[in-house]
Amino acid sequence: MSIDKWLGLGQTALELGLVNGLTVLALFLSYSMLNVCDLSTDGCFTLGAAVGTLTALAGYPLLSLPAAMLAGSVSGFVTAALQTRMGVQSLLAGIVVNTAIYSLNMALTGNRSTLSLIKAPTVFSMARDALKGTPLAGQYALLVLLAAAALAAVFLCLFLRTRLGLAIRATGSNADMVRSSSINPAFTTTVGLCLSNALTGLSGCLMAQQQKSFDVNMGQGMVTVALASLLIGGVFFGKNRSIPLRAAGTLLGAFLFRLVYMLALRLNMPAFMLKAVSAAIVVIAISGPYLKSQIPVLIRRGRAAGKGGTA
Amino acid sequence: MLEMTEVSKTFHAGTSDAKKALDRVSLRVEDGDFVSIIGANGAGKSTLFNAICGSFLPDAGSIRMDGEDITLLPEHRRARRIGRLFQDPMRGTAPDMSIEENLALAAGNGGWLSRVGAADRRAFRERLSLLGMGLEDRMKQQVGLLSGGQRQALTLLMATYHPPKILLLDEHTAALDPGTAEKVLAMTRDIVEKNRLTCLMITHNMQSALDLGNRTLMMHQGRILFDTRGEERARLTVDDLLEKFRQLNGARLDNDRMLLN
Repeated sequence: MSIDKWLGLGQTALELGLVNGLTVLALFLSYSMLNVCDLSTDGCFTLGAAVGTLTALAGYPLLSLPAAMLAGSVSGFVTAALQTRMGVQSLLAGIVVNTAIYSLNMALTGNRSTLSLIKAPTVFSMARDALKGTPLAGQYALLVLLAAAALAAVFLCLFLRTRLGLAIRATGSNADMVRSSSINPAFTTTVGLCLSNALTGLSGCLMAQQQKSFDVNMGQGMVTVALASLLIGGVFFGKNRSIPLRAAGTLLGAFLFRLVYMLALRLNMPAFMLKAVSAAIVVIAISGPYLKSQIPVLIRRGRAAGKGGTA
Repeated sequence: MLEMTEVSKTFHAGTSDAKKALDRVSLRVEDGDFVSIIGANGAGKSTLFNAICGSFLPDAGSIRMDGEDITLLPEHRRARRIGRLFQDPMRGTAPDMSIEENLALAAGNGGWLSRVGAADRRAFRERLSLLGMGLEDRMKQQVGLLSGGQRQALTLLMATYHPPKILLLDEHTAALDPGTAEKVLAMTRDIVEKNRLTCLMITHNMQSALDLGNRTLMMHQGRILFDTRGEERARLTVDDLLEKFRQLNGARLDNDRMLLN
């Protein structure tokens, strides 16, 4: 393979990684900080894509970004309301919202499961036109995604240092302590999920515009893919690191995940394996530390059995 | 001033597991009172604290603080006025956050979008140095890395950062080793005296129940069995307490843990 091809591979991985990176940042907020596994992520991603696509098709590509974020945060608000105000278990709240969003998406698109953005202006086509004739003309997609991911990461880091951000982190760490600090954990959970789902929605919107198409199933399995990236990032910048490093780590994880995946495709792994691979990564990353702690037990049992003693 | 009137709470009501945790408890705590509370396991001591904090809605009765009825106020809305420490030193702090970040939440200065500034840090340092544990030089460290005693001392600091109307101590030194327990208790006494806090303290140690504070309550089966203060209390010994329990209850106090102390 020529160097150009390798570079092309790296660039594609970087672009996909950055698009996904926004969802990974969303999970960094909801999963790592708030300690909520938000299973509405798949639906929310698609919702952002649907709203973003429709807004772009209507001729407002720039407006599509805030529109998708708003749609995402409304979805996050509903998920949060179900679990904090209506007694629905957190996982179930996500699943229920995820299911309902499918219908919502079909309703929004007028019962069409795919939409094409080939002829419509998108933020990417706008960037391409704006950069025409400059040395960066070839990199317009990368620049848009880089800007979006960097802005989101910087915003998140600054936000997590505010009192509200600290309260959100504390909610995931010890909700009792939040209550005794006169803060309502229901409120912090709601703010956290609104913000994280806004990022997920933005992620979906950019994905659809980059691919120039919307598919009602494009978000399927996204939560697992993003979780896999998040956990890979955690390998490099774990829990004991500063928030900015960890946020950068999540983006790095998203990129590495895509890179490994692209390489696997080169080695003739079929594309449909993406989801199985991400599922395996999530399982390995989460169960790894547990299984590792079990090894000495197994060894000692084995020895005891070998000596004829009772294990 | 805290005033509880005829507060009752039955858990698992209507089932065979029904348990009267609080049985028409009335209690009036004056400002500046330091009340020690003793009683066997399951006597309702912690439930009493839960009622004051708002962890549940009482079945009957009312709770007033400084004349305001707080019976229906949600937990986080009364938290400003109530400081609470649990036996488990892990419960009062967020382990994944630094000492500074924990204190920032307890201090709660500024609006939602405000950040910890240099002035806040100076104030935290000053407060931490009063604990004499060297925590002021470890402000960026995660609280999860601290020992139980250090975490409990930090919780004490957080619970009293803004002096609460009432401080509830739920056997807050019972899980610590004797030396550390002594130290945390001394800190507690210091902070309570300096801020003239009103304080309720649950303890299993009958001697310290009599030594500390100006008033002692004994609880049994969700009721306040007796309430002593002043001269009468000053003359009481641990043996008297046990005898009193036997008289009032018609049975021996069958809690080894209490007897041994």
